[in-house]
Amino acid sequence: METVTLTIKKAPTLYLEAEIISPDGLAGKTADQIRALPVHMGNEEFTLGEFFDLAGAPGATAEETKVVVTGDLSRVKYLGMKMSGGEMVIESDADMYVGAWMSGGTLTAKGNVDSFAGIGMKGGLLEINGNAGNYTGSAYRGDWRGMQGGKIHVKGNVRSDTGYFMNGGEIVIDGDADVHVGTHAEGGKIVIKGNAKSRLGGQMVEGTIILLGTVDVMMPGFKYVRDEEVDVDGKNMLMSLYVGDLGERHRKRKGEPIYGKLYIRKAAPAAAESREVRLARAREARKARFASPEETASA
Amino acid sequence: MAKTVTDVTCPFCGSLCDDIEVQVSDDGTKVLEVFNACAIGAAKFLHTAAKDRVTRPRMRQEDGSYKEVSYDEAIEYTAHMFVNSKKPLMYGWSNTNCEAQSVGHEIAEATGGIVDNTATVCHGPSLIAIQDVGIPSCTLGEIKNRADVVLFWGCNPAHAHPRHLSKYSIFPRGFFTGKGHKGRKMIVVDPRNTDTMKLADVPLQLEQGRDYELLSAFRVAIRGEELPEKVAGIPREKIYEAVEVMKNGRFGVIFFGMGVTQSLGKNHNIDNAIMVTKDMNEYTKFAIIAMRGHYNVTGSGQVMGWQWGFPFATDLSRGFARYNPGETTSNDLLRRREVDAIMVFASDPGSHFPISSVREIAKIPSVAVVPDINPTTEISKLHVPVAVNAIETGGCCYRMDNVPIDARKVVEPPEGMLTDLEFLTRVRDRIAELKAQAPAGVRASAEAVGA
Repeated sequence: METVTLTIKKAPTLYLEAEIISPDGLAGKTADQIRALPVHMGNEEFTLGEFFDLAGAPGATAEETKVVVTGDLSRVKYLGMKMSGGEMVIESDADMYVGAWMSGGTLTAKGNVDSFAGIGMKGGLLEINGNAGNYTGSAYRGDWRGMQGGKIHVKGNVRSDTGYFMNGGEIVIDGDADVHVGTHAEGGKIVIKGNAKSRLGGQMVEGTIILLGTVDVMMPGFKYVRDEEVDVDGKNMLMSLYVGDLGERHRKRKGEPIYGKLYIRKAAPAAAESREVRLARAREARKARFASPEETASA
Repeated sequence: MAKTVTDVTCPFCGSLCDDIEVQVSDDGTKVLEVFNACAIGAAKFLHTAAKDRVTRPRMRQEDGSYKEVSYDEAIEYTAHMFVNSKKPLMYGWSNTNCEAQSVGHEIAEATGGIVDNTATVCHGPSLIAIQDVGIPSCTLGEIKNRADVVLFWGCNPAHAHPRHLSKYSIFPRGFFTGKGHKGRKMIVVDPRNTDTMKLADVPLQLEQGRDYELLSAFRVAIRGEELPEKVAGIPREKIYEAVEVMKNGRFGVIFFGMGVTQSLGKNHNIDNAIMVTKDMNEYTKFAIIAMRGHYNVTGSGQVMGWQWGFPFATDLSRGFARYNPGETTSNDLLRRREVDAIMVFASDPGSHFPISSVREIAKIPSVAVVPDINPTTEISKLHVPVAVNAIETGGCCYRMDNVPIDARKVVEPPEGMLTDLEFLTRVRDRIAELKAQAPAGVRASAEAVGA
């Protein structure tokens, strides 16, 4: 596998749209051809060479190409968009649409990524070592076919709307998730190893959510069925199975409706309490902030 | 003897009342008296005669004071701002007519701008939800004539749309609703005991931010499934009771407002409310309508919809229309420092945006095109006052139920003042001239645009 390294010279003033930076976009091109590829900022088009230094060379096809992007990429969008094979490593934080619509290969983001990472994903592995923003692994606006396949692994926390309209594939979150996980899900599997807030599995039709931490407020449309042993990372855990969302449509098999499944770890403490405690803490913090206006003014 | 103009449209809220009568002075320059309008609408008409109105553009000076400039200078500044910008934002559009919006869109197409309307901090989430799951809707006339179950969710028309209850939804006697409010059941869902809730047959005071859960509970109850004891602080018996009222109606309607679109969950709340409407159609006729705020914010969505296919937050910077709220919405653009110029048109983000966005407006080149002084004009580099649309100039406006109504001109604007349509047309033409002068292909180097 050939490696090509792109180093950003300096952060752009507005945001740079660089969907061309992916194994597919660079494979089989010479250094000069790569430098001449288009990137966009606002209503103007620039060349890749104006913003990035180039080292190494790509392979003949995407599968034989490894792309490494380094430097301050916090204002670069669409990195690794639509990649279908090969390998890509983003060495720092990146902005929106990392690995959007990817269908194969391995994409590793070593920092945090902003919203819309892995939307409309069809295959491959997207690994995010930091935190991810909103709409991780969800559908593009207006599309009812969200993530179809592949795997997203977020080692940090995710913000809201993870797996919106999810259809297949797997999302694993090592940290906490904000509201609306698996909303409208019609398939796929989401594992949350930290805590979840409210609206877990709202409007879920099918699919599986496994939660190892706590949930603030349960959806009213989920009913407890039984306890089950579930395999998580090779460990068998005793979990409570809830099915739902009872308010949604469900297809039937042999006369029995098929529900979405929500597994919550048995040892999880009472959710309502933790929410109250957290709210009280937030209230205290707010009070403290308003108590000393001089300090906030300087900040 | 003063003249009376009848069948005037009121340019305040999305109800777009079209039965206002206005008494004007003989020379047709002053509004003297307003009949039929609510207090807010009447105040807007009467304000056009205010003595302290600004009638010429004002440019901000180095020391922060404002100096009066001519319209020509204002057009020149605005045109140059657009031509020099890589990613201009054009925000607002809800207090003007569809004709002006359309000319504004021509400017956006010519300069690669982003057009966003006030739905971005209002009913934008509703529009996202409509795109996701569709919308079974109807007109306000149908509600007046047919509806016997009316549900208000997260809105307070008694204060925000003052004539809505009396003109369309609760009190009027229509063709099939001869008993007026006596024949209608009113359900109100709100965390506060609002004046609207005080009128309700079934008031449901829920916990703040739990609308999604309660809507889901409604859907569970509609399907006859079992509910937990309490949802969003409301006992399940009351939810079953409300659903029974809804199922027993002949024609039901849900009106929803800011309480659900701008609280936790945003588009998901509307999504679920639309699904409640859909589920209810298995039992009876049900419709859902957004309580749009400004009188022509619906029109902005309509014009953008037929021109570009998206109802708000449309990004044309790369020559084709893109839309993704969360990225191309005004607050995200401003807070992420993603735009380098802004034109505020017929709206007031200075009052309604978070302070982090407002600070950004103050930093970048900015033009505010609004009739009166407001918090936005006071942080903009240039304030261009224009004639008040639907009072001093006519034009097409869309009511909250997407019914177009032609607004009527009632009085003449102050001497020498441009309408917003005239101002935009001249800016558009000036931009075309400037673009023709500058040779194509000249642009800033990457060095210059690096941080």
